[in-house]
Amino acid sequence: MNPDEIRKEVSEWLDANWTPDRSLIEWRNMLLEGGWAAPDWPEDCFGRGFNAEQAAVVNEVFAEKGAVSAAQVGPRRLAAETILVHGSEDQKKRYLPPILTGEHAWCQLFSEPGSGSDLAGASTRAELVDGQWIINGQKVWNTSAHHADYGILVARTDWDLPKHQGLSYFLINMRQPGVEARPLRQMNGHASFNEVFMTDAVIPAEDLMGGEGNGWAIATTTLSIERQGFARGRTPTASRKPTEGPIYQELATELEIANEPYTWYPQREGRIDLVLPRAKETGAIEDPAVRQEIARLMCLSNGARLAAASAAAQRKSGSNEVIPAGSIGKLGASVIARQAAHVHTMISGADAMLSGPDSAEEGMIAETLISVPAISIAGGTDEIQRNIISERVLGMPKEQRSDTGPFRDIKRNVT
Amino acid sequence: MQIEYTEDQEQFREVVSRFLQAKSTPIDVRRLMASNEGYDQAVWQQLCGEVGLAGTHIPEEYGGFGFGPIELGIVSEEMGRHLYCGPFFASSVMAGYALLNGATEAIKSAILPDIASGDRIATLVLDNLNNPEKVGSVLKANDEHVVSGTAPIVVDAHIADLLIVAASTSDGLGLYLVNADADGISIKPEEALDPTRKISRVSFDGVSSERIGGLNEESLNLTWDQICNALAHEMIGGAQHLFESTVEYTKVRVQFGRPIGSFQALKHRCADLLMELEFAKAATHHAAFCLATSEGEPFAASMAKAMASDTYMEAARAGVQLRGGIGFTWEEDTHLWYKRAKSSEVFMGSAHMHRERMMKMIEIAPSHNTGEQP
Ligand SMILES: Cc1cc2nc3c(=O)[nH]c(=O)nc-3n(C[C@H](O)[C@H](O)[C@H](O)COP(=O)(O)OP(=O)(O)OC[C@H]3O[C@@H](n4cnc5c(N)ncnc54)[C@H](O)[C@@H]3O)c2cc1C
Repeated sequence: MNPDEIRKEVSEWLDANWTPDRSLIEWRNMLLEGGWAAPDWPEDCFGRGFNAEQAAVVNEVFAEKGAVSAAQVGPRRLAAETILVHGSEDQKKRYLPPILTGEHAWCQLFSEPGSGSDLAGASTRAELVDGQWIINGQKVWNTSAHHADYGILVARTDWDLPKHQGLSYFLINMRQPGVEARPLRQMNGHASFNEVFMTDAVIPAEDLMGGEGNGWAIATTTLSIERQGFARGRTPTASRKPTEGPIYQELATELEIANEPYTWYPQREGRIDLVLPRAKETGAIEDPAVRQEIARLMCLSNGARLAAASAAAQRKSGSNEVIPAGSIGKLGASVIARQAAHVHTMISGADAMLSGPDSAEEGMIAETLISVPAISIAGGTDEIQRNIISERVLGMPKEQRSDTGPFRDIKRNVT
Repeated sequence: MQIEYTEDQEQFREVVSRFLQAKSTPIDVRRLMASNEGYDQAVWQQLCGEVGLAGTHIPEEYGGFGFGPIELGIVSEEMGRHLYCGPFFASSVMAGYALLNGATEAIKSAILPDIASGDRIATLVLDNLNNPEKVGSVLKANDEHVVSGTAPIVVDAHIADLLIVAASTSDGLGLYLVNADADGISIKPEEALDPTRKISRVSFDGVSSERIGGLNEESLNLTWDQICNALAHEMIGGAQHLFESTVEYTKVRVQFGRPIGSFQALKHRCADLLMELEFAKAATHHAAFCLATSEGEPFAASMAKAMASDTYMEAARAGVQLRGGIGFTWEEDTHLWYKRAKSSEVFMGSAHMHRERMMKMIEIAPSHNTGEQP
């Protein structure tokens, strides 16, 4: 379908169906049935098989008409897109619709106190007892776990196999007595991530995904989806035009909860949108040193954007010389965030000593300066991205390993 | 606006690349850089005749191919990759663009066909290669079209038939046509840091010339952008060659019982460099796409040149460093590209100048597209 046909079809459908008077869940179920909840998903999986451009047209029309779309915020997308690739028919049917309707929020239970970068070293234990998986162990840094209904979980099902082979991938219900999420306070004062304790938590046998022992391969899918998200970034969304009707109230409540862990995410990307306005307002734009650094930042951010666009175009045209954009984009996002924080610091001068409501941009600059360190850690550190780029993209030889053989015998952190 | 090359453009690249791979090997480069002329006439004639590259961006009505900055970028990128030695950049790119933007119809019709065919070699004489704002501060022409002054760095003037001289006049920057053997001209070959690009010092001691047009602020800046676009492509081609050959070297050189490419310090340096190179390459291709349609960010060419300057040198430094002692020898080829990188870094404006130029463009036209807003 070309953009005009899509625009016509979605407009007609919205004109016939959209009204702010329905309840949120009723409306989202209609979206699901109409195939407009996730148009970029496959046709046999609640979608229409649209490519990114086609899906963007749908989003545009929704935005123009002020129509509410499927639930988006948080790690639910990470879960959904992994289930799309690796889930069984039954798992897709049970888990994908409530993700789109907003009934289920998800979190990512990968990192542990003893293994972060080394995700394959996870030591959360999963044992099959009387046809159910019993989970014991601790996860950490899990964003949104305190609101989540479900989690994607990597746990060890075999301790005698080499580390990558003994892992399995589960879909776990967070609302059960054996799971406890405790928010952790971050260096920027927010508490979006948690530590999650699992004590004899229960997972039905059918919620192991992709077969026992295949956890590593599936986790790799999740991580690569996550990296692409970092590279795309999230600019702060302009406030919607005033909209009235009961559904907007419900949506506002939903977003207030769902967005709560993410209010600082635009700041961790460096708030490049504030650089020029601040430089002009403070007069720092007259300073030749500041000008150089602003221009450097522009080079980086435009370079990253253009490289991603050209990689995407090449992927579409099926070129085999494609640079996997995820890791380069994620590394780029870190470099850009750091450069932006550097520029903001130069612009602010001693004012950068302040934070809170009286400080620049009502505290947003200060929050930027103390939030950017997150972006080079979350979703795989810069160092890990450099390992991936050098080994998988450039084909440089792998590091010598000291973690082969049965997992049981490998040196680990004492926890 | 384009975001990737068309199939035709990819095929064109193939043709150019195959030609240069055969005709511009490191052995050829070494032979030519040691020679006085600095280029191989037979190869130049083939390049202009059979392959027709010298007229890539020159309109068909003036005997060229009628392609634009994108195809010129492709040619330049491949030339940079293979370190092609010859008057292409001086004659086709620099003089060609100055004539296209500033000369009268009659002159364009008279000279451009010869530039496109390679029958005559021209070069653009600028008294300042640092900043377009400073062009015309030394070379002057009086109302009788007598040119005086010295241009300390003129590429390929030693083999040029025609000099296209930008000199300031009572009514702005004029363009003058001077035969290289005219009375009062001295062309003194200089020692170039990059011996693959020959440089002369050109002095005009009251040379009677023909006024063939002029460049105003807009057309001078356009010319500068177009030249920078070609140059940035050339630099990206060179940077890619250096990067690829360096990564390959780390896979085969063994120390401490393992390939040096398995050491993380080297891997991370290469990963960072790949990112920088991908960004600079995308920005450079984008500059050509912008120039082709006169759309996009007004500073696209300066952005490309600033990024190419930094990235080419970064690749050159890594190229030497990651090879160790052999990288510092005359015998190994890395220094050929290192020197091209160093000299290109400052040719037509340093990264600093171009970043400042970007900032000015943003300030002049605040409503203009600044790309992804920083
Ligand atoms: C804001 C935020 C949100 C997060 N959200 C989630 C979430 O929702 N779910 C989840 O599961 N996790 C989450 N994480 C965790 C994140 O994925 C890990 O913190 C990260 O992968 C690093 O692991 P680690 O903290 O154990 O550090 P470590 O792995 O111990 O790393 C410490 C240092 O050693 C370096 N290092 C480690 N291995 C290597 C190597 N092979 N080569 C070179 N250097 C190396 C690292 O780069 C780092 O600098 C989040 C983290 C942050 C900061």
